[in-house]
Amino acid sequence: MTQELHNEHAVVVEGLTKRFGNFVAVDSMSFNVKRGEIFGFLGPNGAGKSTTIRMLCGLLGPTEGSARVGGYDISTEPDRVKENIGYMSQRFSLYEDLTVEENIRFYGGIYGLEGAQFEERRQWAIEMAGLRGKETALTRTLSGGWKQRLALGCAVLHQPPIVFLDEPTGGVDPVSRRDFWDLIYNLSSEGTTVFVTTHYLDEAEHCNTIGLVYAGRLIALGSPTSLKSKLERYAIYEVVSENPVDAMDLLQKQPWVAETSIFGSAFHVSTDASTGSDAEIRRTLEQGNIGISRIQRISPSLEDVFIQLIAEESEK
Amino acid sequence: MKAVRELLSKEFLQIRRDKRMLPLILLAPVVQVVLLGYAATVDVKNIRLAVYDADRSSASRSYVERFTATGYFTVIGYVDDPRELGAVLDRGGATLAVHIPRHFARDVGTGRPVRLQLLADGSDANTANISLNYAAQITAGYAESIVTERLARIGGINVPRVSAETRIWYNPDLRSANYMVPGVVALILMIITTTFSAAAIVREKEAGTIEQILVTPIKPFQFILGKLLPFTIIGMVEVGLVLGVAVAWFNVPLRGSVALLFGLCGLFILTTLGLGLFVSTISRTQQQAMMTAQFFIFFPFLFLSGFTFPIDNMPPVIQTLTYGIPLRYFIEIVRGLFLKGVGLEVLWPQALALLIFGVGILGLSVAGFRKRLG
Repeated sequence: MTQELHNEHAVVVEGLTKRFGNFVAVDSMSFNVKRGEIFGFLGPNGAGKSTTIRMLCGLLGPTEGSARVGGYDISTEPDRVKENIGYMSQRFSLYEDLTVEENIRFYGGIYGLEGAQFEERRQWAIEMAGLRGKETALTRTLSGGWKQRLALGCAVLHQPPIVFLDEPTGGVDPVSRRDFWDLIYNLSSEGTTVFVTTHYLDEAEHCNTIGLVYAGRLIALGSPTSLKSKLERYAIYEVVSENPVDAMDLLQKQPWVAETSIFGSAFHVSTDASTGSDAEIRRTLEQGNIGISRIQRISPSLEDVFIQLIAEESEK
Repeated sequence: MKAVRELLSKEFLQIRRDKRMLPLILLAPVVQVVLLGYAATVDVKNIRLAVYDADRSSASRSYVERFTATGYFTVIGYVDDPRELGAVLDRGGATLAVHIPRHFARDVGTGRPVRLQLLADGSDANTANISLNYAAQITAGYAESIVTERLARIGGINVPRVSAETRIWYNPDLRSANYMVPGVVALILMIITTTFSAAAIVREKEAGTIEQILVTPIKPFQFILGKLLPFTIIGMVEVGLVLGVAVAWFNVPLRGSVALLFGLCGLFILTTLGLGLFVSTISRTQQQAMMTAQFFIFFPFLFLSGFTFPIDNMPPVIQTLTYGIPLRYFIEIVRGLFLKGVGLEVLWPQALALLIFGVGILGLSVAGFRKRLG
């Protein structure tokens, strides 16, 4: 415990690597997660987010490198790690043929909760999941949002200092997603470290720190604001054109354009901040006989950062 | 151990809640043993006999009556044309056909050699073989009675006779049920414990709950124990049920010690649960698990264990193979206990083999299961 108290970091990852045969799922990742923060692991499907989380939870052994979770080494002290974490996956791993109450009782029992302590946590979980009055309902009859909150409740019954959430909002409606993030904030405000993977960029905005993962590598790390400032050398313009596809093609060929990408009915153009300008874009498109109805410099969103960084990474 | 208790009570809760599982667990073995007890029989009864009697004499009639008198034969009809005998066999109307020639009575009476023809449907080799054996015995008996009768008429001549007094031990009536039902007990125990334990683990994989459990401080062996113990208990209950049916319904004698039988069932369950665990580690879905168990375990076990075909009749290479089939030893144990009433003083080699297989298979499966997790 003392070790934990004096340690500023809940998770310390050093050169963590996982290979399956020739395939490198996680490529020497190193990062730290501060105690009590919400750490978001952001990346496309198959980037290695789940593999990393599974290694940190002791479900998978690393090929190389090491990691400490709650001060305990994942390779040599997996049992101590497991006592200090909660884990919830996208699959909301509940027993569908058991009732709400029975699921809570089972997971509480496995974590060794008893007596008054169990009773208090049971009440807490039911309240938190909003399942008061539905205690005897079979879990399979619950909607996605309820299952998701119950799964979270079961995962943190034993009040672990660190919680790993692997794509916890997959397949859940937007309202439930927002409610779920309120629960994540609550956990975090009570001092729990939350490690969450997602591929939703709007969710990543809620995190204190974001690790951007692409093809098994950590390509950026920092707060949402600091990540956006990485794009300072670029100026980003939102353009509305009647012919966005041709416009993007044409702009992409210009040496001062770094990246174009479609955003709803408009598209974004990242230009070199020193050589590109809205006048330059307007002139180029007019020469190509492509009409534009609006052009406007915008501050970069996380999505812009994401697209830019992945483009840079792919070029390497 | 609280965690194991927690897993156990959860498992029983799930079994109780599954509306298809509970009847399957309790009723299926009983239905199976009843069905198999009747179906898995090599007894040949009700042999259908077709007769062409060209002689139509009292002698020929008394010969045919000897067939029906045994209780094994039913005369399904007399035909008027010898060619029709072939047709009846073709249609499967009769299993055996007898052709009695003209002058049968005259030749028997005057002591000339008599040639009868017996035609058997050999498509079922076993039945044909046994029917022909019966028919040969009946014919020999008929011939002997003629000789004895004529000697008696002449009077005063003593013909030396050698006869064997046969006694059949263990199953004096040679009832198939006595032989097959104990094997069925073994078979059911294997099928139930292997499939249910495999399915119960794979189900947790399908639902993703296995991962949720493995991130808790619970140890893999505790998880395995919590998964396999319920099916050990259920397996033992099934043995009790099936034994009840075997003894009460089929009147199969259980001459050995019931306690020893249960003990050795426990030994055999080590193997079957080990196999179930192994199947679960290589299967992703319950369907896959069922298929794997059926094709790679049950079929070879069924055919090579001596349950269906006597091992002594197999070619030497196959006989050697049977030593690698744990069910083989258990079938020997069950039959020995039921019919011969022997104990460990005779069955210890089989028990030892089961122990080695059980510990080996379960040990390897547990190791494999843990390795898959890492």
